[in-house]
Amino acid sequence: MATRSDGDDAVVTPEGATPPAAIDLRGINKTFGTVRANNDVAMTVRAGSIHGIVGENGAGKSTLMSILYGFYSADSGVIRVAGKPVDIRSPNDAIAAGIGMVHQHFMLVDNFTVLENVMMGAESGPLLRESIQKARGALLNLASEYGLHVDPEAVVGDLPVGSLQRVEILKALYRDARILILDEPTGVLTPQEAVQLFRILSALKERGVTVILITHKLGEVMAITDSVSVMRRGQMVAERVTAETSPEELAELMVGRKLKAGVSRQAQSVGKPALKVEGLSLRDRYGVARIDDIGFELCAGEILGIAGVSGNGQSELLEVLSGITPISAGRIHVEGRDITVAKPALPDEMRGLRLAHVPEDRQRRGMVTDFTARESSILGYQRDPAYNGRLFMDYDAIDTHCHDLMERFDVRPPLPGIVSAKLSGGNQQKLILAREIDRDPKVLLVGQPTRGVDIGAIEFIHQQLADLRDRGCAILLVSVELDEILALSDRILVMFEGRIVGEVPIEEADRSLLGLMMTNTHQGAAAADLEPLP
Amino acid sequence: MSAPPVELPPWIDIGLIPVINICLALLVSGLIILAIGENPVEAMAIMIRGALGYGEGIGYTLYYTTNFIFTGLAVAIAFHAGLFNIGGEGQAYIGGLGVGLAMLAFDSYLPFVLLLPLGILAGAAFGAAWAAVPAWLQAYRGSHVVITTIMFNFIAAAVMVYLMVNVLIKPGQMSPESREFADAGQLPFMHEILAGIGITVTPTPLNLSIVWALICCVGVWAYIWRTRWGYELRAVGHNESAAVYAGARPRHIVIAAMCISGALAGFVGFNEIMGVHHRLLLNFTAGYGFTGIAVSLMGRNHPVGVVLASLLFGVLYQGGAELAFEVPTITRELVVTIQGLVILFSGALAYMSTPWVTRAYRALLGWRAAATAAGEA
Repeated sequence: MATRSDGDDAVVTPEGATPPAAIDLRGINKTFGTVRANNDVAMTVRAGSIHGIVGENGAGKSTLMSILYGFYSADSGVIRVAGKPVDIRSPNDAIAAGIGMVHQHFMLVDNFTVLENVMMGAESGPLLRESIQKARGALLNLASEYGLHVDPEAVVGDLPVGSLQRVEILKALYRDARILILDEPTGVLTPQEAVQLFRILSALKERGVTVILITHKLGEVMAITDSVSVMRRGQMVAERVTAETSPEELAELMVGRKLKAGVSRQAQSVGKPALKVEGLSLRDRYGVARIDDIGFELCAGEILGIAGVSGNGQSELLEVLSGITPISAGRIHVEGRDITVAKPALPDEMRGLRLAHVPEDRQRRGMVTDFTARESSILGYQRDPAYNGRLFMDYDAIDTHCHDLMERFDVRPPLPGIVSAKLSGGNQQKLILAREIDRDPKVLLVGQPTRGVDIGAIEFIHQQLADLRDRGCAILLVSVELDEILALSDRILVMFEGRIVGEVPIEEADRSLLGLMMTNTHQGAAAADLEPLP
Repeated sequence: MSAPPVELPPWIDIGLIPVINICLALLVSGLIILAIGENPVEAMAIMIRGALGYGEGIGYTLYYTTNFIFTGLAVAIAFHAGLFNIGGEGQAYIGGLGVGLAMLAFDSYLPFVLLLPLGILAGAAFGAAWAAVPAWLQAYRGSHVVITTIMFNFIAAAVMVYLMVNVLIKPGQMSPESREFADAGQLPFMHEILAGIGITVTPTPLNLSIVWALICCVGVWAYIWRTRWGYELRAVGHNESAAVYAGARPRHIVIAAMCISGALAGFVGFNEIMGVHHRLLLNFTAGYGFTGIAVSLMGRNHPVGVVLASLLFGVLYQGGAELAFEVPTITRELVVTIQGLVILFSGALAYMSTPWVTRAYRALLGWRAAATAAGEA
């Protein structure tokens, strides 16, 4: 259905005599094995505009951008940059054509300074000193021009995520990029950081830089882009002027069907406390409190959302509660077991107490990506008698189990033998969630359940969590996505610098209040400082 | 969605590429042989005939193969736990010491049926103990196992010299060797076993331990891929933080994996001391521990691959010895050079040819797709 003509019609040209398009792609095809990742894709991006590309995971947007940036070469098709056909075979060619890219996962050297990272690979001569001086000057210019403030001497490893992204943008601008591609740039940012980023992007646009924004967050598309292309299954299915479309229309175009609105929420009677935390603290090896004397109760049949700017102790909280990190002080009470400094519990014991955990980082914690899906489907339960004979594991039982999970949670492709790394992010997450929910846990810890997951899968995962809550499970939800917290939680705790700085019932919660509490700048902050909630 | 570039099918990845690597090594070896004025084709023929052409050659080849299987498996299992055990040499040496001490202590009291498992246990226990110290240091003190295991090779060599010269030497002789074990403490040679069922072959050092080597292969395979312990071991090797999440204890697994690895290396002593020399002596490990690294790399850390790679190195060792014997201008050192080239190309440079093969394969796919498209049109 979607084709080149579709794209041609929708080219955004306000006046007749505009300068040539910054990017003009025609008939791009790319096939991996039997998968047509890009099928006759055409796209035009007006110079000096912010252009969004939306689509689910696997829709082909990253492939398209990888072709534009020279990671892959297209099987066929024409790329024009500023009206001239170019042959982009490597990122160096792309940089020479004035294209810069900010990747989803930052490509920075942690123990280098900002300055060193920015000039790396673009040094002006064999002696570092000249390069450093030149780069420092350029960096200060860029910083003041675009509002990209980062300390050039700061070591990258010490910087927060938002700053890392700015370093990536600086890297591209330092190489004279006139076209900047950002791949899912807000996936790792707090709402405030995202707002800052958008401010920077607007400044770039004002100075004539063309920005291409790959995302699946429709709110961002509506907020900042001038025009938007929608991809589905390798094809360009629509191109719209942002002002003339709506999130609903875009979502429908992306998924190819209508979506339900939110999860069902039935009136719930909250049960007895399933998890009690008292005076819990965690100090890192430098003695800094990552979790600072927090206490709360989590009851059966409720979802307790933990909101907070990433890096304020939420991740540590999950690791401590799941037994991965031993606590430094305090008490965790679960299923009649007291966990203290003297009597710690390791992850397998916590699992035995019917506490399940969907980790924040599914590829580093939640699964072994080199394992087959069937092996990943029992991670954490590998010693369960259900999957073991006396000596050997019962691979038939594991296979049946995995297939059953895949069927019930719509993991595609439903092949237990597939290597986990080959599943898409959403399907990996569904498999992990399936594994943990299948155990019918009393307490479920969930971290960033939908990070990097496409819209269709988000809907499904949210519904699963809500259903589990309705069956009486106590769920602790950590997420940096406020929308997610607001959509699912019955009660919200806000964390700031390892402390709980406030509790908000869902009826009173809204984005701005939570946003302020997350940065500890709301009115009650001073009081909360003195008197942390129990 | 970052679809990976072309993925090579297994027959290319584990079949064709190793063959290409060996061919490259032989090509370079051929050039060297040519340079010293000999005929490379003839030299290769002598080598292959020497290794596989007659009974005695085959016996020696398989005897070397036995050692390579043990050390190759040792490297492989550690590798699956994310550890690089390059202390196989020392573990084999100390494993042999264990076998020897057990035999010297019990050979006059116990029958063969008890001494056989005792020899296996002693080799395993001593090899494992020698690997356990670096393993503990790695797990609890963060000393890198590559550094400590290689240091332990030197310590093992020094300890053995001391023991053989000062303690275990048979009194009244010059060479640092122990007394010979009693008959009950000797593994039967293959030619003896075959003679028992009426087949006569030339005597060679090949002995019963090759059967144990093959049993170990099956055991290692089953342990790594069919048990929950192997599951946790691989989890630690691939992704330690996921393994911790899964309730595995990485420190315990590091120690367990290194102990199994050391035990396997220790079986070289079982072959050499109980199977061949029937006495304790110096330098019986002869570099098998180091070659095991290349064997494991070439065999992709899989027991089947290890057996195949061990056979290849068995052929190189035996055929090389034959070559040096037959052609006077090709010295022992040149043979070692050829072995070294094979190790270099299949170990250190194992992935050198991969990009070329990938490109060729991709071109082949494209050509085939075009052909099909043309056929359909």
